[in-house]
Amino acid sequence: MNDIVIRAEKLSKKYVIGHQKPGGYTALRDVAAGAARNLARSVRDIARGRPIVAGDEIEDFWALRDVDFEIRRGDTVAIVGRNGAGKSTLLKILSRITEPSAGCVVLNGRAASLLEVGTGFHPELTGRENIYLNGAILGMSRAEIRCKFDEIVDFAGVEKFLDTPVKRYSSGMYVRLAFSVAAHLEPEILIVDEVLAVGDAEFQKKCLGKMSDVAGSGRTVLFVSHNLAAAAALCKRGFLLADGRLVASGDIASIISRYAQGGEQQARLEFRPRADAPSMASITIDSAALAQGDLIVDIAYTAPFPIAAIGGIALQTSAGARAYTSNCWMHEYDNPLEAQAGVLRCAIHGLPIIPDRYQLSVWLCDRHVVYETKVDCMTVEFPDAHMRQHLRGAIETGCIDWPARWQGRTVDVAAAAHE
Amino acid sequence: MTQDAIILAPGRADRHYWRDLWRYRELFFILAWRDIAVRYKQTIIGLAWAFVRPFLTMVVFTIVFGRLANLPSEGGAPYPVLVFAGMLPWFLFSSILSEASNSLIGNASLISKVYFPRLIVPIASAATALVDFAVNLFILALVMLWFGYMPGARIILLPFFVLFAVVASLGPALLITALNVKYRDFRYIVPFIVQFGLYVSPVGFSSAIIPERWRLLYSANPVVGVIDGFRWCILGGDTALYPPGFALSLVVAAALLWFGVRYFRATERSFADLV
Ligand SMILES: Nc1ncnc2c1ncn2[C@@H]1O[C@H](COP(=O)(O)OP(=O)(O)OP(=O)(O)O)[C@@H](O)[C@H]1O
Ligand SMILES: [Mg+2]
Repeated sequence: MNDIVIRAEKLSKKYVIGHQKPGGYTALRDVAAGAARNLARSVRDIARGRPIVAGDEIEDFWALRDVDFEIRRGDTVAIVGRNGAGKSTLLKILSRITEPSAGCVVLNGRAASLLEVGTGFHPELTGRENIYLNGAILGMSRAEIRCKFDEIVDFAGVEKFLDTPVKRYSSGMYVRLAFSVAAHLEPEILIVDEVLAVGDAEFQKKCLGKMSDVAGSGRTVLFVSHNLAAAAALCKRGFLLADGRLVASGDIASIISRYAQGGEQQARLEFRPRADAPSMASITIDSAALAQGDLIVDIAYTAPFPIAAIGGIALQTSAGARAYTSNCWMHEYDNPLEAQAGVLRCAIHGLPIIPDRYQLSVWLCDRHVVYETKVDCMTVEFPDAHMRQHLRGAIETGCIDWPARWQGRTVDVAAAAHE
Repeated sequence: MTQDAIILAPGRADRHYWRDLWRYRELFFILAWRDIAVRYKQTIIGLAWAFVRPFLTMVVFTIVFGRLANLPSEGGAPYPVLVFAGMLPWFLFSSILSEASNSLIGNASLISKVYFPRLIVPIASAATALVDFAVNLFILALVMLWFGYMPGARIILLPFFVLFAVVASLGPALLITALNVKYRDFRYIVPFIVQFGLYVSPVGFSSAIIPERWRLLYSANPVVGVIDGFRWCILGGDTALYPPGFALSLVVAAALLWFGVRYFRATERSFADLV
């Protein structure tokens, strides 16, 4: 029994792209000459049976270069990387949408890919019709769809609108329906690209829950996401792609921290420092740490004269209620040194806060004066490490998330009455 | 498990292509159904148009070719019936050509997001053309009833000629569809073919008026064979097929289909990168 379901060897994908020459044309003569050159090239391309590429200069562009990997049955792999790193390209090759330019892949098992929710949905058709259409497009048989139909409708929560054309749906309803069809696929290998960023927060959680069911059921999953928390929760392994190359693979935690070190994954806010008074230069949140539930905020400051900076941060719910405050008086702080520039770091590990979005406010002061206040300047989203499905957000549940232990005990009513 | 392994490599012809095509037949039906449903759902005009267009064309051609040019009919059929019997396959041909050639561009989001044998898309789009064809056939029945002209026993062979028409259309259609993805300019060529073809094919007149020595050459246009065949089985009476011409049309249609499918398959792997 061969346990390797996907093996890629020296996998590469080349695109031919054209560039417009910088500066552009000015004189009519140049325009005409450029057009004539392009026409001549187009004719040559057609004659040779090559696609026509617009632009003045043509370049080969390697979206993937010499990628090697093996994926075993039951592996759950998250693929992370910056925009344009080649993640979608890799998934497209694996799902047979496009062919590699070099190298090869061996696939063992029925793969289904979900590169977009609602592929092929037609606005004029009703919800019911679109379920059948989309299901067939994703590779489900009609019998399979019929058998799961009620579940799909139930998951999407659109019973009342089943016979309405989907163009009358709200965009939220539309993606819910689209996702539920996809969520009921049952392939051996599931390939998912960045599709969980749809719908409202509650529905996103539901989707993640569904995905983790799939991942937990022993199926092979390849998952691309910029949501590192979701990647960490769903997958055990990770691949890091950069500029078309596979630069690292290993367990998910190490991949995420390596990716985060790239610096790109930090949420960062920059300010123009003031010349006349101490002020903040930037606020940075470590996204990789946040994905693991730790909030680490770096506050960089500058001052026209040396200050012994201290600071504070606060989190507010979207309803404006204060959820958490910390400052250098309340909590542990290494003694400040006087300086004209520096970084205050506030690290909060394992904050028992209800997973939700919070607004971050930041203060910069010294022992005597508050120099600057930035209220609600950034959004912090605490992920749910446990992927719970029934969380309703801080406004409804309050902000503290502390485990309680619930126990049930039965009472025998007849025996109680006898006493 | 292992014998089911799929190997993806550049330029590798897919051994399971035809099996895959069969496996995806449900998708084929559902895409065909979608095109038809959308078309007839959106507009009552859609249906009205299906009636008005052939009817007006019949009237105009009857006046121009039958009255003004005084061309002869075939097998004693009234001239409008002759025109209609030729128009039927012509509209089938031209709408398959235009529906198919736009089908891949129209389904670009499907092509770039899901795998399936791409051949399904243009062929499914031909289904809409078949529905229009059925409407036209119904109108023809009404027209024949109006003239009190009964078809002969040959009418039972009609399905064979419909198949011939579809085959003759699919060859060029697949070729143009594939070219259209690569070179968008080909979308300007289809209306031209349709326009021009209407006059060089024997739609408004009987192909019997073509001089004998040109007849075989004329039949190199596969539509000629299709139209002759339709007239032969619908008009009945003493209409006769011109066997060498008909055979030539068949051969040309088959060759075009073979070439169309081959070219389509050779290029389809790059469709997702181009649409
Ligand atoms: N059909 C195409 N023609 C030309 N270039 C393409 C084509 N498809 C993708 N590319 C290029 O290939 C590179 C990789 O794209 P890809 O979509 O795989 O990135 P990604 O990692 O999925 O990024 P993102 O995080 O933004 O989704 C990009 O630079 C893109 O411009
Ligand atoms: Mg992408």
